[in-house]
Amino acid sequence: MEDLLREYLPILIFLALAVALGLVLILAAAVLAVRRPDPEKVSAYECGFNAFDDARMKFDVRFYLVSILFIIFDLEVAFLFPWAAAFPDHGELAFWSMMVFLAVLTVGFAYEWKKGALEWE
Amino acid sequence: MAVATLAFYLFACTAVAAGALVVLSRNPVHSVLWLILAFFSSAGLFVLMGAEFVAMLLVIVYVGAVAVLFLFVVMMLDVDFAELKAGMAEHLPVGLLIGVVLLTQLALALGGWAFSDAAPALREAPAEAVGQVHNARALGRLIYDDYVFLFQAAGLILLVAMVGAIVLTLRHREGIKRQDVLKQIHRERHEAVELLDVKPGQGI
Amino acid sequence: MLSADLYVVLPEALLALFAMAALMACAFGGQDRWASGLTWLTAAFFALLGLIVSFRDGGQEAFGGAFVSDGFARFAKALILFSAAAVLALSENYLRRRRILKFEYPVLIAMATLGMMVMVSAGDLMSLYMGLELQSLSLYVVAAFRRDSVKSTEAGLKYFVLGALGSGLLLYGASLIYGYAGATRFAGIAEAVHEGGLSLGLLFGVAFLCAGLAFKISAVPFHMWTPDVYEGSPTAVTAFFATAPKVAAGALFARVLFDAFGEVSAEWRQILAFLAVASMFLGSIAAIVQTNIKRLMAYSSIAHMGFALMGLAAGTQQGVEALLVYLSIYVAMNVGAFAFIMCMERDGAPVTGIGDLAGLARTRPGQALAVSALMFSLAGVPPLLGFFGKWMVFVAAVDAGLAPLAVAGAVASVIGAFYYLRIVKIMYFDEPGLSLTGSMPFAHGLALTAAALVMSLGWAPGLSGFGVPELAATAAAALFN
Repeated sequence: MEDLLREYLPILIFLALAVALGLVLILAAAVLAVRRPDPEKVSAYECGFNAFDDARMKFDVRFYLVSILFIIFDLEVAFLFPWAAAFPDHGELAFWSMMVFLAVLTVGFAYEWKKGALEWE
Repeated sequence: MAVATLAFYLFACTAVAAGALVVLSRNPVHSVLWLILAFFSSAGLFVLMGAEFVAMLLVIVYVGAVAVLFLFVVMMLDVDFAELKAGMAEHLPVGLLIGVVLLTQLALALGGWAFSDAAPALREAPAEAVGQVHNARALGRLIYDDYVFLFQAAGLILLVAMVGAIVLTLRHREGIKRQDVLKQIHRERHEAVELLDVKPGQGI
Repeated sequence: MLSADLYVVLPEALLALFAMAALMACAFGGQDRWASGLTWLTAAFFALLGLIVSFRDGGQEAFGGAFVSDGFARFAKALILFSAAAVLALSENYLRRRRILKFEYPVLIAMATLGMMVMVSAGDLMSLYMGLELQSLSLYVVAAFRRDSVKSTEAGLKYFVLGALGSGLLLYGASLIYGYAGATRFAGIAEAVHEGGLSLGLLFGVAFLCAGLAFKISAVPFHMWTPDVYEGSPTAVTAFFATAPKVAAGALFARVLFDAFGEVSAEWRQILAFLAVASMFLGSIAAIVQTNIKRLMAYSSIAHMGFALMGLAAGTQQGVEALLVYLSIYVAMNVGAFAFIMCMERDGAPVTGIGDLAGLARTRPGQALAVSALMFSLAGVPPLLGFFGKWMVFVAAVDAGLAPLAVAGAVASVIGAFYYLRIVKIMYFDEPGLSLTGSMPFAHGLALTAAALVMSLGWAPGLSGFGVPELAATAAAALFN
């Protein structure tokens, strides 16, 4: 257990450094920089005229479809990692259970392809 | 081990603080960013327990995919969140009351909590000890044969999710020219090019 | 070992293969043009599977106890499959006329049914959750199936958000149970409980688990989603919600409480008694002010789940038997009632107001009579079959020493009778306004008549409830062995 954690020590140090550096830069900007705000300076600027509308706008629902399909295949891949890592230990059942799993998701993949969910129009 | 303890408290405090900020921050996009921080700190906690694979999964799936989906949803909704939050003041007392009651119950109960004698041994039975064998490998030995039934059920759930997402959101617009690769590569010259003998002074 | 396991899960495997084959065939074949045929085919397949399940030999476990196919599971599965077949056969006409029938609909219903079959066979907290999620996920989608209607989308979203909350509670409870008992198999949990008693951590786990399951069965105080979802979903989907998933959730409730925590029933019986009383009263009282028949059926289902849970609260074999009989009768009544509600339309548009039934006795005396029989049965008026379901539950509660609960149930059913009888009064004594138009398809007429006849005649000594009580008794005995 301790050996395992020791392997992660560099990452911990790296994280600490990253956080520290980020904090230093933000604080330095707050402490050292000259700041004289006025309304014109801090208002949104869009080529000389006032901003037309909010920066936030509605995204097309198709983005959502793409990202949810991405998550599903992401999860499928997540199941592949342990299967690959333990490959030498597998019996026939373990091998074929992954094949069936992939077949089920291939059914889904064929369905969405045929439905045209992968096209952007 | 002092470093490990320190790291635990660091990650735990960050996770709790980030979780609180998800709820409290005014801007929904900031909420999602705090959520990502919470995911990261939980990943750190998982590493401290020796569950490396779960930690990496948290980073890949939750930070990599789910948080992006959340961002899409937050942006897609375009709800006036300031207005939405105005209702919060109204419901806050009731919510707080329930929260406090639940917390007191949990705190009162905390003293009497005891593990069943057999529990620790039973929990560790299926897998090898942490550190003996690599995390992902230990999982891989279990999931695909001991838990094959659950594994296949998970596959079916993913299939339903796929079908459901398409049924609910896919909408084919009319009058859009799509690229049909098969049609393109099966086209031959005599279908595509037509030679016309156009007399001078006449149109086609 | 694997082939033996596969033999046990054969019905589930067949259903999964059927759903995937149907999905592929329609995607590559006739797309939505085949939807009608596929819906009927799926209904027929459900009925066939129901027969297979009914006549298999029982008492087997598979996958090291994660999947149990005993008599109890087979009874629940047969009930689920037959009711799903009936509702699916009825919904084809409704969805086709509303132009929302897609070939995914029967596939999703098949997946939901598969999830329910896994639920009632769960022998492990993980397979419980997998089955529950497979069912819920499919149901969220079909709730929002009419996706250009705001109400249907709202129904799907509400169901999804609150269902996810319910799943979260359930998972939290499951993780507490795993932490304190050290096992997810029900047998392992029972062993840990046997050795160490119900520690406080386990008690919290059971409470959270019950809360999560109460969400799924829509028992008060976790019922808030039910009226909106019932109202917003297409009526065919509402009919499905009101039948098979209730059986699955009720059976799952019984399975997890008796298999894993049977030894400490005194602890969870209080929770269930509370859920039962609250559901019965809220369902009965809130239904009185409803003007939409789908919302009324939602509150009616809440109240009926309260009565069904009373059987569980008894904590005895007799109670489980009463629960199964009650659920069977409830499902049969609902299939009939929804067969009628699906056909309520005026000039081609569906209507759901209770006032629209005014004077039905004059315009359609046959239908009015059948609906009245069902309403009397839902209210529990003797000698209709609905009364006997309630009677069995009350007797089980009294025998288990819960006489106050039975008295509360009797009071609640008297209150509830008011709104069922109001429908009969509107049909028979109110002046007809704009009457309903459109004719009733043969399948709906058949379902309505059959349900009404079963409810009116099932008590006859020669028929003795069509053998359901004996089957339920065998099933309940299987759970206790």
